[in-house]
Amino acid sequence: MRAVWTIVRYGLEEALRRKVFAVVLFLTLGFLGLFWLGNHYAFKDLSGIGQPAGIDARDFAGSFIFGLAMFATLFLGVVLAIFLTLGAVRGDADRGLLQPLVVRPIGRTTFLVARFLGTVGVAGPYVLAVYFASMLITGLTGHWWPDRILTPGLELAAAVALIAAISLLGSVFLTATANGIAVFMVFGAGLVAGLLGSIGHALHSQTLEHASKVAAYVVPVEALYQDALRQITADTTGLTQFVLQLGPFGGAFIGGWQVRVWAVAYLGLVAAIALFGFHRKDL
Amino acid sequence: MAAALAVRGLVKRYGRIEALAGVDLDVEQGELVGLLGPNGAGKSTLVKIACGLVRPSRGSAEILGSPAGSPAARATLGYLAELFRFPGWYTADEVLGLHQSLARSRGGERERRELLELVDLAGARDRKVDAMSKGMQQRLGIAQALVGDPKLLLLDEPTSALDPVGRRTVRELLERLRGRGISVLLNSHLLSEIELVCDRVTILLRGEVVAAGAPSDLARPRGVEIETDEATLTYEAAGREDVPQLVADLVAAGRKVYGVSVLRSTLEDVYLDAVGGETS
Repeated sequence: MRAVWTIVRYGLEEALRRKVFAVVLFLTLGFLGLFWLGNHYAFKDLSGIGQPAGIDARDFAGSFIFGLAMFATLFLGVVLAIFLTLGAVRGDADRGLLQPLVVRPIGRTTFLVARFLGTVGVAGPYVLAVYFASMLITGLTGHWWPDRILTPGLELAAAVALIAAISLLGSVFLTATANGIAVFMVFGAGLVAGLLGSIGHALHSQTLEHASKVAAYVVPVEALYQDALRQITADTTGLTQFVLQLGPFGGAFIGGWQVRVWAVAYLGLVAAIALFGFHRKDL
Repeated sequence: MAAALAVRGLVKRYGRIEALAGVDLDVEQGELVGLLGPNGAGKSTLVKIACGLVRPSRGSAEILGSPAGSPAARATLGYLAELFRFPGWYTADEVLGLHQSLARSRGGERERRELLELVDLAGARDRKVDAMSKGMQQRLGIAQALVGDPKLLLLDEPTSALDPVGRRTVRELLERLRGRGISVLLNSHLLSEIELVCDRVTILLRGEVVAAGAPSDLARPRGVEIETDEATLTYEAAGREDVPQLVADLVAAGRKVYGVSVLRSTLEDVYLDAVGGETS
């Protein structure tokens, strides 16, 4: 346990020195400030809009704006997770930082698990903090609260944990730069697939919807995000729900317990491949 | 008693390249063995396999009876890589603290202080790695390798960045370690150092052992040199036992003899003979 904590601290101190936290904090404060401004004007203007028939304008605006905040939260969490892990194995090995550590009795499994726990230990609470801060801003400014409070936040944190695991897996085989690019592209591909799914849902295109579902399961980060979106308007009904499910931010049609179970299995699979690869890797 | 390091039939291939082609090597407990060879001979690969960083393609390496790379083997060795870096924001004391924690050493503050004194870094205890010269970092690397009281030290080019004083410090340190019963496998290009401190030497060429033995055993006679009042005479076929007769003959012939040297090849000669002038 002491060795795990040592590696966790080592990874976080490195991030602190590289000013990863400073950059993320700066971006977060910038985002929250702009988000508050956006909420302020959106809900101020809302009172002057004639309500379309069958659509609750406050529900629509609140969930859409908060869904946008969830996307930003996920993005910032992903940035943090990737920068904490992108050079954990090959990057550090190329620089000669890793070898003196892994020849110690702690072993490679402990090292990799500790790097994962360290990243999740920082990125998870960070995601929850930004998620709840955004919720407070929307709730206090626009008097709108999501239908589910905690679960969507936890799903966003889980999505970031998955990205951390994928990034650690990539770090076993790729250089730091290549890994960072690859993981961002995987994340981006998932988002694009999600958007295509929303379009498919709007157009009643089963092919697009099916492709989107497959993509969401291949990269469950997207599936968890979609499920989180679905839950913030879980109790919304009628035309408002239908319009929100068209996306891209206020709601979604992908989700359910299968997504969460698959995400756990996927994490196990990624961890197993990463550990197997790391154990066989010549350093 | 198990050898500190026992290597048998070790083969390592990187694709088509054979870095090691069936190496046998023993480092007995308390023994200091030098590993020599041109660049690309497989020295670093051998050291990396011994400490579990690289997986062998075939053959075995054992540390005090435990397979190389196993937790038991890692717990008994100290390693200094040829190319290593410590986090630049750590102080010397923090680097050792980090490795104490990973090596589960209970030496605490006392061990860190002693190790820094051992490598002449007592005055740089609170200096950050980024503010250290390459030589200081290398000495800190040696101190790091000694954390946790290892039974076997694997040193890959430990003096490459050191000035002559630093090299002497390391040489004296190695002799002190031998006195404590610590085994050392020293991979170095500095033949003079190896010759001065090592009990035995193994020379690798293209992944194979081409010469092995004590430096004195590897050296061969190269004749006798006698300085007289007329000239310095060299008798290439003569040995130490021929010196009295040679001197007697010269004196009988009216020469004045000022000095006699029995010539033996140096480790450098042995090395050059073994590797045939190959550099990489």
